[in-house]
Amino acid sequence: MLERSCYDLADRCIEKHGKKPASLIPVMEDIQDELRYLPGELLSYVAKQIGVTEADAYGVATFYENFSFEPKGKYEIKCCDGTACHVKKGIAVIEALQKELGLSKDKHTTDDMQFTLETVSCLGACGLAPTMMVNGKVHPRMTPDTAVALVRELRGDNT
Amino acid sequence: MMGVMTINGRRVTFTDEKNVLSVIRKAGISIPTLCYLSEMSTFGACRLCMVENERGKMFASCSEVPKDGMTIFTNTKRLQKYRKMIIQLLLGSHDRDCTTCAQSGDCRLQDLARKMNITDVPYQDTRERREIDVSSPSIVRNMNKCILCGDCVRACSELQGLGVLEFTRRGADALVSTAFDRPIAETACVGCGQCRVYCPTGAITIHSNVDDVWDAIGDPNIRVVAQVAPAVRVAVGDAFGMKDGTGVMGMIVNAMHRMGFDEVYDTTLSADLTIMEEANEFLERLSKGEDLPLMTSCCPAWVKFCHDQYPEFDRNVSTCRSPQGMMSAVLKEYYRDPENAGGKKTVVVSVMPCTAKKMEIRWKRNYTKGQKDTDISITSTELVNMIRDFGLDLQMLDPEACDMPFGLGSGGGVIFGASGGVTEAVLRRLAPNHSKQLMDNIADCGVREKKWIREFSIDYKDRRLNICVVSGLANARTVLDKLKAGEVHYDLIEVMACRGGCVMGGGQPVILGRTPREARTAGLYRIDNNETVRKCDENPLVQNLYKGMLKDKAHELLHVHTEE
Repeated sequence: MLERSCYDLADRCIEKHGKKPASLIPVMEDIQDELRYLPGELLSYVAKQIGVTEADAYGVATFYENFSFEPKGKYEIKCCDGTACHVKKGIAVIEALQKELGLSKDKHTTDDMQFTLETVSCLGACGLAPTMMVNGKVHPRMTPDTAVALVRELRGDNT
Repeated sequence: MMGVMTINGRRVTFTDEKNVLSVIRKAGISIPTLCYLSEMSTFGACRLCMVENERGKMFASCSEVPKDGMTIFTNTKRLQKYRKMIIQLLLGSHDRDCTTCAQSGDCRLQDLARKMNITDVPYQDTRERREIDVSSPSIVRNMNKCILCGDCVRACSELQGLGVLEFTRRGADALVSTAFDRPIAETACVGCGQCRVYCPTGAITIHSNVDDVWDAIGDPNIRVVAQVAPAVRVAVGDAFGMKDGTGVMGMIVNAMHRMGFDEVYDTTLSADLTIMEEANEFLERLSKGEDLPLMTSCCPAWVKFCHDQYPEFDRNVSTCRSPQGMMSAVLKEYYRDPENAGGKKTVVVSVMPCTAKKMEIRWKRNYTKGQKDTDISITSTELVNMIRDFGLDLQMLDPEACDMPFGLGSGGGVIFGASGGVTEAVLRRLAPNHSKQLMDNIADCGVREKKWIREFSIDYKDRRLNICVVSGLANARTVLDKLKAGEVHYDLIEVMACRGGCVMGGGQPVILGRTPREARTAGLYRIDNNETVRKCDENPLVQNLYKGMLKDKAHELLHVHTEE
């Protein structure tokens, strides 16, 4: 059961965008912006409020990669594996980060809820390849070393 | 709009056809489709209905409005090549264990593959295997056989107003699923089985209980007593190559006797009991002016729908058990007497046009003395399978009459199988006599109108009764929403979950490319016309029951008990 405040948030988002089926995606986006994930329970609540079926809302939420039913870490890292980044060895950056954070293709978030690592298809900054984005900020021309250094800095390591 | 188009070099006129596909089919040219259903919205996903115009442009005929002067070809070399490839691609991501598939022989995909002479599939299936969902007593969902045509999705939302099934994920991962991938039994699913009716493959099939029936028949210590619902008799013949809607009750009884059912009874008897009880309930509510409109309770999918989606109308739903429930309660009560039981255990099997009935028999409020009355509920499709399994050809069998003492129902009971039938039977019950004139007047009052929502009024004593007959749960939703808003006022509402009523129930045989709704409905009315007893109160068995077994037990055996 989620906290009351989450439902209040949903109510505010619904009020902002209007109690209509077309508000589904904007409301979902706002909730995810605020909570950094989309709790399933809240999605069901929103669906009921705006008059779409729960299955329909679930269909939309699973269609878009961006929506996540899993809580995200404090730092959300998006590593690009689009064409340009891939060619510029973006995979090596991703692998280095996975090793550093103890994550894998199936495990995206560290147990201490500090980091979430996702592979995305393009961040729209191909000239700066390989790129990664941390909580909305783009970091250009990454190497495995600079990426790991950045993560350690965020974690507050002194090494 | 009127116009002329040229199809394969021949001139074809069209009038109000909503798409090119309808014009093509009207011209007698068959064109394969897997996602086009004329009663639902156009989806345009399967691409099998592609046609080519004179300039070589190809388009999906289901999604194109007919235009005057159009020239199209439906079967060019190019189209044949593409169609074949579409089927091969579908087969490439399809669990092709046809020999052990419940749908084998009735599968549209299999049928098309055979017609197009597809003997190899060059694509490998790389999908991960999905678990089969057997959580529902009504249907089984095997998504490894899903071709993503969306027919079930649209049936559930557009016909039934539920939207339990939806497309989820995307691309190669796309999957028809429920909210949060819950087992179907944990959703708002009402078990109507319409998704199964429209599924072109074996992805959604009936949850079969045939083995349970054979087990009971094979046990010498068990007396297997069956009841056969009204709509079954006009559908089973279809599966044996008879004309749609042929009444085959006598042949069914013969077949069931041969297969080892000890006694075969007719659910039309308990349909008569339902009317006796429901008409009383209706008159009582009318005189008190309470809990009106009365809503019928024969259809379990509707009862669950109303309870889940419109709990505010719980009190309006009749407390009568369904005919299935009443019949089984009476049968079990009869065999509770050791003299009748003769030392044998009695197992009641119901043969229903319906998948939701499998769910209804589990509802505790339908139990008598804490026990389940109907032990096994099978659908007409499962009965067909049993008859085939036993090696009988239905057409070759002579008709036999039902057994006694529960083998006779009125014509009013027979028409329960069609939308409007329950209401018509109630009106017959309220009628003072059985004159031909009166029966004809009732039939013509609007109760048989060819509409999903029928509204009409009829005079009864000093008042005018407003009645609504609705079939299809999406249509029921429309009616209930209006009722809630105070826009309409009725005294009686009959609801059947499936469009057209039980004749088109989720358990009925589905014959490729046919919609036998009208033929089956006409079949029921034909049987009714032939009956001498057309009013439930004229049925001598009903009179005997009320004088005997039901004298003090009508409430206990014929109504639901919501206390627990």
